[in-house]
Amino acid sequence: MTVATERRGAVSLTSGRSIGTARRVRQSGPKALLYVVMIVIAVGFLLPLIWMISSSLKPEADVLTVPPSFIPKHPQWSNYSKVFDIIPRYFFNSVKLAVYNVLGVLITSSLAGFAFARLRFAGRNLFFTLLLSTAIIPGIIYLIPQYIIFSKIGWIDTHYPLWVPRVFTPVFATFLMRQSFMTLPQELEDAGRIDGASTFTIYLKVMLPQTKPSLAAIGMFTFLESWNDLFGPIIYLSSAKLETLPVAMAEFQGEYFSEVSLLMAAATVSVVPVLLVYLLTQRFFIQGITMTGLRG
Amino acid sequence: MATTAPLARTATTTHRRRSRRMARRRNIEGWLFIAPVILGVVIFQLFPIVVSMYASLTSWNGINPPKFIGLENFRTLFGNDALFTTTVKNTIYFTIGTIPLTIILAFFLAMLCNQKVRGIAIFRTAYFAPYVTNIVAIGFVWFYFFDPSQGVVNGLLSQIGVHGPAWLSDSNWVIPALIVVSVWQGVGYPMVILLAGLQGISAEIQEAATVDGANAFRRTWSIILPLLTPQFFFLLITQFISSFQVFGLIYVMTQGGPGHDSSVYIYYLYQNAFAYGKMGYASAMAWLMFVLIAAITFIQWKLQKRWVFYG
Repeated sequence: MTVATERRGAVSLTSGRSIGTARRVRQSGPKALLYVVMIVIAVGFLLPLIWMISSSLKPEADVLTVPPSFIPKHPQWSNYSKVFDIIPRYFFNSVKLAVYNVLGVLITSSLAGFAFARLRFAGRNLFFTLLLSTAIIPGIIYLIPQYIIFSKIGWIDTHYPLWVPRVFTPVFATFLMRQSFMTLPQELEDAGRIDGASTFTIYLKVMLPQTKPSLAAIGMFTFLESWNDLFGPIIYLSSAKLETLPVAMAEFQGEYFSEVSLLMAAATVSVVPVLLVYLLTQRFFIQGITMTGLRG
Repeated sequence: MATTAPLARTATTTHRRRSRRMARRRNIEGWLFIAPVILGVVIFQLFPIVVSMYASLTSWNGINPPKFIGLENFRTLFGNDALFTTTVKNTIYFTIGTIPLTIILAFFLAMLCNQKVRGIAIFRTAYFAPYVTNIVAIGFVWFYFFDPSQGVVNGLLSQIGVHGPAWLSDSNWVIPALIVVSVWQGVGYPMVILLAGLQGISAEIQEAATVDGANAFRRTWSIILPLLTPQFFFLLITQFISSFQVFGLIYVMTQGGPGHDSSVYIYYLYQNAFAYGKMGYASAMAWLMFVLIAAITFIQWKLQKRWVFYG
């Protein structure tokens, strides 16, 4: 490796000072600068969301002003009472679908992941390869055939297409669960078998509890996917009473387009649950992303 | 089951029979565990793949029986559909604009978030927040942000004396505006991937470089970036695949407008399938897109050797 001869500032590399000390001396000024930069960027990032929340609390006339303002002068909650009158049905639908999706995916993917990781059975590798091979195909390819299938069996304008396919084709989740189960020590399983436990009991009581981080990450992702899903409801739902929150909001815009503060209140309500869950489970979420990303 | 030969029952035969029974029981167990997923894949993915391939060779509105027309759909796509060509151009423009900006910004943010200062997690949370926000809320907010006369963007620009364009109503600025929103929303995920990569770079390497006299810039350029090339490679592939399939943003914010200037591939596909009743045509579009994405991914894969460094 070529030795760079650039020196930086007043740091002496020929002095007896250890590298650590040299670095520490350099960093007290830049540290403050770092904070400033990061705060500015963070504000920039959150600006749209801040505007969304503050606009929801403003009287309509104050929303689109020039120059733009980000803090409401007299916060008013009337928009929210209007929103809560309208949305309970949609909110409920979104929650219901989220629950079905999350529980369903956790069950199917952990069962399959466990089997692929720890059981020996004929065709194990074949089936696993089959499962993975479908991952290359973009979802849009399945879309039209699935729509046609569902229309033939009367599932259009029901909630089924919004969870059944996802729950029964958890490709990524199965992959993650398999990884997770594979890291568990064989002794754990052996101890269970010696105690006479059935395979299912070993899965449920012995091994599954050890995979909580993976379960949390998968749960988070599935929740996010389900709650924020736009495409599915657009295509499959037509009855207003079945709509999920984001899609209902999209229709809102047509009806209430002149009441921006109301729209912003609706938007805030659609975002708050996810933000809350995200804030509470961040660690698992970030972990989950790095799990699905590159290894090591 | 093998019939017992006229030999006496031996321990071996019994053992063999029991092994076979156990093996069969193990097989059934395994199959039961994977049954939901395998059934799902067959019914909701494999079967649809076949149907979709067939559909792409038909003219089909989804209700009446399909009419086989061979490669006619593809011929139309390649020669006779000006709107299709427009959407391909728009999608490529959008993709080329989004990917580098997203990855570069993500790298910059990851470097910031990698500092060992207190409260760093708060910043990470802030940069990631747009990623978990639903596209309708995002579309709403940015729609009004880009309002030509009263929106925040032009409002802020006018503070520095710049007269902003009509953004979403301006043919030249609509896709750049969409790129801004897309980068804003999308940067969180690559940032986390790169952050994980950064944290995997051992401190010793960086300190050794500092001992040799490398300043921060040199360290970044010659050590950090090369060691992160696997992550960049992964991100280039995944970001391309997802950017190319952008839909929600256009659906909420512009509906393809003004005119068709922001109509993108999946949006046009969706219109063909569900508004114009041309499911066969839409299926052909879907397969064409698959081939395109596969080809680009393959090219990226082959180029890997030239620039990705696996330590």
